[in-house]
Amino acid sequence: MTTETADAPQSELSGRLAELEERLLAGDRRALARVLSWVESGDQRGREMLRALYPRSGRARTIGLTGSPGAGKSTVTNELAKSFRRRGQTVGIVAIDPSSPYTMGAILGDRVRMTELYSDDGVFIRSLASRGALGGLSAATQDVVHVLDAYGKDVILIETVGAGQDEVDIAGAAQTTILVNTPNMGDEVQTLKAGIMEIADVLAVNKSDLPGADRMVSALKALLSLNPDRGWDPPVVRIVATQGEGIEQLTEACDSHFEELQSSGKLEAGELERARQQITALARANVLNRLRTETGEQRLADLSGAVANRTADPHTAAAAWLAES
Amino acid sequence: MAETAVEQIRVLVAKPGLDGHDRGAKIVARALRDAGMEVIYTGIRQTPDMIAEAALQEDVHVVALSVLSGAHLELFPRVVEACGQRGITPDNTLFLGGGIIPVEDADRLKAAGFSAIFGPGAHTGDIAEFVRAQVPELDRS
Repeated sequence: MTTETADAPQSELSGRLAELEERLLAGDRRALARVLSWVESGDQRGREMLRALYPRSGRARTIGLTGSPGAGKSTVTNELAKSFRRRGQTVGIVAIDPSSPYTMGAILGDRVRMTELYSDDGVFIRSLASRGALGGLSAATQDVVHVLDAYGKDVILIETVGAGQDEVDIAGAAQTTILVNTPNMGDEVQTLKAGIMEIADVLAVNKSDLPGADRMVSALKALLSLNPDRGWDPPVVRIVATQGEGIEQLTEACDSHFEELQSSGKLEAGELERARQQITALARANVLNRLRTETGEQRLADLSGAVANRTADPHTAAAAWLAES
Repeated sequence: MAETAVEQIRVLVAKPGLDGHDRGAKIVARALRDAGMEVIYTGIRQTPDMIAEAALQEDVHVVALSVLSGAHLELFPRVVEACGQRGITPDNTLFLGGGIIPVEDADRLKAAGFSAIFGPGAHTGDIAEFVRAQVPELDRS
C-alpha cells in the first residue's frame, strides 16, 4: 500500500492515464467503468485520476435512498431515474449491497429491478459491494460519486445496503436522503427510535396499495410533528413504485428539499461537512494501513494475546500499538 | 479491511433469452460469492445488448451465461458479439457458458470466444477455481 503525503509533488498523469481521462470526459462509458474500478479498489491509478477529475465535480445533485431490505429501494431508484430522465437530466446510479464478512464475496442484485434503464445511455449504473464498511455504504462510495459527477451526470442516486436502524452514513454522503418505508413495518414505537428515522429529508411510503398504508403515513406524520423545527418539514409521500404511482410527487419533494438547501445556505454547509467526513475517514484508513506492516501485525498479535489473557486492557494495548508503530 | 488495493474479481451472471429457469445461474452466483467474488446478478430474460451494457458499466472480469432452453448456439455468440461492439473481448474478459450443452456444441462455443462450458454435474468449486486461475491472464491494462 503506497502512502502519500500532502506535499508530494502532483505527478503528471502518465500518457495512458491522460488518454483515459480524455476519453472519460468525452463521454466514453468504458473509460468511466475502468476508472471506477481503480477508484473502488484504492489503486494508485485511481487516486491519480481522482486528483485530475475532482476539480470538475461538484455540479451533480446527489440523492440517497435508504430503508429496510425489501422496502423497494431499487425499484424506487429505477423510477426516480426514469423521472429525472423524462426531464432530460442524465443519471448516475450507485447501488450498494453487502459483502460477506467471512469471504468478502457479494451478490450485487440491485440491477434486477433496473433492467429497463439498460438501453438508455443517459443512465450509468454501478453496483458496489460494501467491502467491510458498516454504515450502509462502501468506503469508496464518495469517490465513485465524485467520478460520476466529473463525468457529467446531472443527478446521482445512491442506494444503500438494506438498512436496519443505525446505518446512517448516507445522510452525510448525499444532499437529500429519502427513507423508503412500507406499511406494517411495526408499531409506532419503531418510528420513535433514534437513528435512521432521524436522517430522512423525504419519507416515501412504498407499496402504499397494501393495507396499513394510511396508518403508516399518519404514524410518520405524527412522529415528524414532534421533531424540533429544523427549517424543513420532511414530507411523507405515498408511492407504489412498481406502478410508478406517486413518483412525480416524490421527485418534486426532492426538488423542494434541494431548493430549501439552496435558499438556507445548507447546501454549502453540507458540502463542507461531507469534505470533513471524507478527509477524516481517509485519514483513519491511512493510519490503520500504516500500522498494518509486517512488524505492526506481529505487534498486534502479541497485544491481542495480552488482552485476551487479561495481562493488558484493550485501551492500553491500542495506545501501545499506536505509539510503537 | 476498509481499504484494500487488491482488485476483487467481479463476475456478471446473466440469463439471455426467454427461458426462466434460473436455479442453475443462482447456484453458480452463490458459489462464486462464497469463493470471495463479487457477483452482479441481472436476472432472467436479458437481451445480448442488455448483458453487454451491464458488463461494460460494471467492468467485470467474467461474463457467465446460462441458457437451459437449447438456444445456446444462437444466444451465446450474440452476447460475445454485443460485448465486442463495446470493446469487451475474450482478451480482456472471460466468457463462461452453462446449461445443457452437448460436447460438440461446446467446441463451437469455444471457437466463438468462450473459455469454458460447464454442463450438468459440473462442480461449482471447479468453476470458481477456473475463474481464479484464468482472471490473472486477462489483459486488463
